[in-house]
Amino acid sequence: MEEKHDHILKEVTGSEYKYGFFSDIDTETIPKGLSEDVVRLISAKKNEPDFMLEFRLKAYRHWLTMKMPQWAHLTIPEINYQDIIFYAAPKQQASLSSLDEVDPELLRTFNKLGIPLEEQKLLTGVAVDAVMDSISVKTTFRESLAELGIVFCSMSDAIREYPELVKKYIGTVVPYTDNYFASLNSAVFSDGSFCYIPRGVRCPMELSTYFRINAANSGQFERTLLVADDDSYVSYLEGCTAPMRDENQLHAAVVEIIALENAEVKYSTVQNWYPGDKNGKGGIFNFVTKRGICKGDNSKISWTQVETGSAITWKYPSCILRGENTTGEFYSVAVTNNYQQADTGTKMIHIGKNSHSTIISKGISAGHGQNSFRSLVKVVKNADKVRNFTQCDSMLMGDKCGAHTFPYIEVENESAVIEHEATTSRIGEDQIFYCNQRGIDTESAVGLIINGYAREVLNKLPMEFAVEAQKLLAISLEGSVG
Amino acid sequence: MTNDSTLATELKRDLISLFRQNNGILETGSGRILNLYREQAFHDFDRLGIPSTKNEAYRYTPLEKYFQGNYDVELNANPFKYDIESIFKCDVPDLDTHVVLVLNGFYYNGNPAGTLPDGVAVCSLKEASLRFPDVFHKHYSHYADTSTDGLVALNTLFAQDGVFVYIPRDTVMEKPLQVINLSHSLKNLRITRRNLIVAEQNSSASIVVCDHTLCNKSYLTNSLTEVFIGENAGIAFDRLQNENSKSTQINNLFVHQLQSSRFNGNSISLHGGLIRNNFYIRQNGPDCDSNLNGLFLCDDSQHVANFVLVDHASPRGTSNQLFKGILDNDATGAFNGKILVRKDAQKIQAYQKNNNLLLSSAARMNTKPHLEIYADDVKCSHGATVGQLNTEAMFYLRSRGIGEKEARHLLMYAFANEIVSRISIPILKERIIELVEKRLRGELSLCNDCNIHCG
Amino acid sequence: MLQIKDLHVSINGKEILKGIDLEVKAGEVHAIMGPNGSGKSTLAAALAGREMFEVNSGKVTYRGENLLELSPEDRARKGLFLGFQYPVEIPGVSIVNFMKTAINEQRKFKGLEPISASDFLRLMREKKELVGLTTSLTNRSVNEGFSGGEKKKNEIFQMAMLEPALAILDETDSGLDIDALKTVAHGVNQLRRKDNATVIITHYQRLLEYIIPDYVHVLYKGRIVKSSGKELALELEAKGYDWIKGEE
Repeated sequence: MEEKHDHILKEVTGSEYKYGFFSDIDTETIPKGLSEDVVRLISAKKNEPDFMLEFRLKAYRHWLTMKMPQWAHLTIPEINYQDIIFYAAPKQQASLSSLDEVDPELLRTFNKLGIPLEEQKLLTGVAVDAVMDSISVKTTFRESLAELGIVFCSMSDAIREYPELVKKYIGTVVPYTDNYFASLNSAVFSDGSFCYIPRGVRCPMELSTYFRINAANSGQFERTLLVADDDSYVSYLEGCTAPMRDENQLHAAVVEIIALENAEVKYSTVQNWYPGDKNGKGGIFNFVTKRGICKGDNSKISWTQVETGSAITWKYPSCILRGENTTGEFYSVAVTNNYQQADTGTKMIHIGKNSHSTIISKGISAGHGQNSFRSLVKVVKNADKVRNFTQCDSMLMGDKCGAHTFPYIEVENESAVIEHEATTSRIGEDQIFYCNQRGIDTESAVGLIINGYAREVLNKLPMEFAVEAQKLLAISLEGSVG
Repeated sequence: MTNDSTLATELKRDLISLFRQNNGILETGSGRILNLYREQAFHDFDRLGIPSTKNEAYRYTPLEKYFQGNYDVELNANPFKYDIESIFKCDVPDLDTHVVLVLNGFYYNGNPAGTLPDGVAVCSLKEASLRFPDVFHKHYSHYADTSTDGLVALNTLFAQDGVFVYIPRDTVMEKPLQVINLSHSLKNLRITRRNLIVAEQNSSASIVVCDHTLCNKSYLTNSLTEVFIGENAGIAFDRLQNENSKSTQINNLFVHQLQSSRFNGNSISLHGGLIRNNFYIRQNGPDCDSNLNGLFLCDDSQHVANFVLVDHASPRGTSNQLFKGILDNDATGAFNGKILVRKDAQKIQAYQKNNNLLLSSAARMNTKPHLEIYADDVKCSHGATVGQLNTEAMFYLRSRGIGEKEARHLLMYAFANEIVSRISIPILKERIIELVEKRLRGELSLCNDCNIHCG
Repeated sequence: MLQIKDLHVSINGKEILKGIDLEVKAGEVHAIMGPNGSGKSTLAAALAGREMFEVNSGKVTYRGENLLELSPEDRARKGLFLGFQYPVEIPGVSIVNFMKTAINEQRKFKGLEPISASDFLRLMREKKELVGLTTSLTNRSVNEGFSGGEKKKNEIFQMAMLEPALAILDETDSGLDIDALKTVAHGVNQLRRKDNATVIITHYQRLLEYIIPDYVHVLYKGRIVKSSGKELALELEAKGYDWIKGEE
């Protein structure tokens, strides 16, 4: 732990959003705008089977009947869907047999992001699916994982190579009718990761997807599907960055997780999309639907997220606890600084008997940031002996930001025990002074205190990500005390 | 929020035509100010209608169906005569209070002025609108916002009568004022009740409100009380709701506090068909203190919903909310509490807690403890639990030879007592303890010596 | 080491210190005593640079520099240590982590490389023994859930770790039982050297039985009204503060 803090201290002084560069890569784009033809075009570009096109078209037609949701505690400017490029892909050959075929600029980009795609250079124990704009450019360790029967590849490859698996599970956790952004995603999603862990297999390495938006005026609509068969285990990570631009860019993703009997899935996110500048100009609009179902008995899904980026975050990674003795977890740190807005939280839907859930949320607001925690804990009639514990803390830094808490608790079974606690506090001037008195300057003190405050959640992250997340926290709050 | 459903449109249309037919009667005998607000209320109600469950604040309270029933409306005071002594005795026998009765929304009994401190006025709202035009002008409908809740607009639209209380500056009302709201009629009734309480600078008073039905008819009561608490003034407000299972009671309480004022409210919902309580407390000056506690006990198919908004609009205020519910059989309950700390309202301490016991498999509880905070130097927390009686405590009691039924009762009583013990008037507290005990034992919470067995 | 000349300090516009003069030389131990509200803690906080304490006039020279111009962290890095009367809790930040950060900040300031993990661990172990701090305590968050005695021991432990030139101990003895008091005093005595100095702020004479001061000053109503050798503490204990008040 100490080493990590040394890094933070070094990083904290004088760095801004450091992933804001743009890579000059030959990119194929389709014209701006959204129509049925665009949906067909995306599907055609990916050589998809008919069932996928059908799914997309149904979703698109449904989306046309829907309205943008207004219930979140967010101020969202109107989004012109005819002004967005729905498909942008770095030009490359259809399938890559070796890295030599990858555009060297692409490799450089990912190297610069700290995600080397050459397997020998990779952190051991982490397999990466690198997604640039609308497509996956490289999935590492695919072959060695295949030896264990694990399928880890891009969604596009999965649709072509494992159509039965995709057909069986896609849209079963997040149906195309689910919500405005999920419907949009179902119609136009371009790529994402697919992962299947067969029965009885414990995935020996961390699987990860790194999402990068590069092209201008484009949106990113990725879709991830993760199936953990009986008695399997997988830990999955995702990271995201984007160049600094003055205009807002839309990111509307869907993640679906299916955990069968005794399976365990750990899903971690470090979200660091470009948050916009100090005056709130630019930044990613991040509207994400993430949901997992603990379908089989004794299964477990655990979400951990560190949300430091995006101009607007609208995201509720949720668990449907269908099986008996299932476990759902949600650990979150969300930072809003400058003019960032976040409305994030989770839903725990208890259907199975004896299902348990834990929600730990740490919100941090600084500058003019508005940070809302929203949750639903629902216990249906026949779900006996359900337990939930929710702890939701908010920290405020400065008098122009806001911290809000909107939990919903709906209980229809008398044997449930549901507990919710929330507190709001600020970084105490006395805490900072105490650190100052020991020779620690104010910026470092804030980083130290914030990381202490968020420790419960950071501890849930895989080691490789925890370091990154700690740095991020400190950096994203830079300049917020003064 | 506009509602498009047919039922909602019908309800709205019926109520609007009812108003149009009777506007003249409503205005007769009411002061100018009382009538002045009807026009705005009309427009607001026309826009808002009866809130549906699509309205976030009414998400868990399906009100529309309760408005469907066939109700008469009394637009003039009822000619019934009662033996006041018997009703008074029924409630809190030994409580030494100034008593006023309100029957079907109309101020009923004589003026207790003789015993009141100098300058204190307690009279009918209608009368006050004529007698105290200045106070009326300054306060009436200033705190109840008709523009966001159709029920507030509806109340303002039909407001005719209720209780008016005025406590001038530097005046302390030693004896509590007891307001007994009674519903009694030969037909099902729709009742509108409107109260205004004005406590000026440095004054203090304790007000006890009891709601009763005296017969087995259905009542749909829309009651609204505005409370103004001037600088450094204090109001204690204890309410006991005990109506029959066919009654639907909507209660809106708007408390407006100025600097260094204090509000202590306790709301005990013992019995009723549907009870919806909306509490709005606004701290409009620095250093205010607000305490609001609620207990609700419901069984059969009763529904009790408490909605609270504590609005910290000024610095250094403190507030505390504690709501507890016990739900049995098919009862449903809802708690919707919000603490709002506005920008620059620094050094606020605001706490909120909601604990609920579910006693049967069909009982349901929904709770939404919300915080909205726009200032940084604040201490706020909230907590909510839904659960059962502690099994270890149950076992402990039983291991000491206490039977299961009695042990359950003891623990439930202990659960409820955290609220009841906060009632500041000792005799009232004892009485309510007794009533809660009986209620928890499943006996009708009627008073022993009441001669009107309404059920 | 430290020279204070006619120091006036106010808080929220109210003047608390009304002209303090004090000189502390290397190798000395000074005790500042006085009744509650006399300004003892204000003096300590003002020297450490707490912003809410406003210096209206006067001069403070620390090792030849104008102390009042320095930020709190620079004062600390230059060897000024304040043992807090009420150490604040910092949830989630372990003492190990906290100390490592503080030491490395100091080293960075001096142009030194960060301390190695093994050196740091050795230092921790050594200093923990000095003040009788248990390992379980150092793994906990800073001051969180500590008893009064543990908090004070933790302050002395940090002092040992940071090896200050000038330590100001604000009511380090308040709320301690006799054993804890002895441990704390032992720690302070162990750290006494020819090249450092200590200022002990206390209400009671008790601590001074274990840490023998070279000078005792009595602070009353924002002024030092009496200065003498260690015997003054005993006199004060015997006669009480009313004696000073009476002399006014």
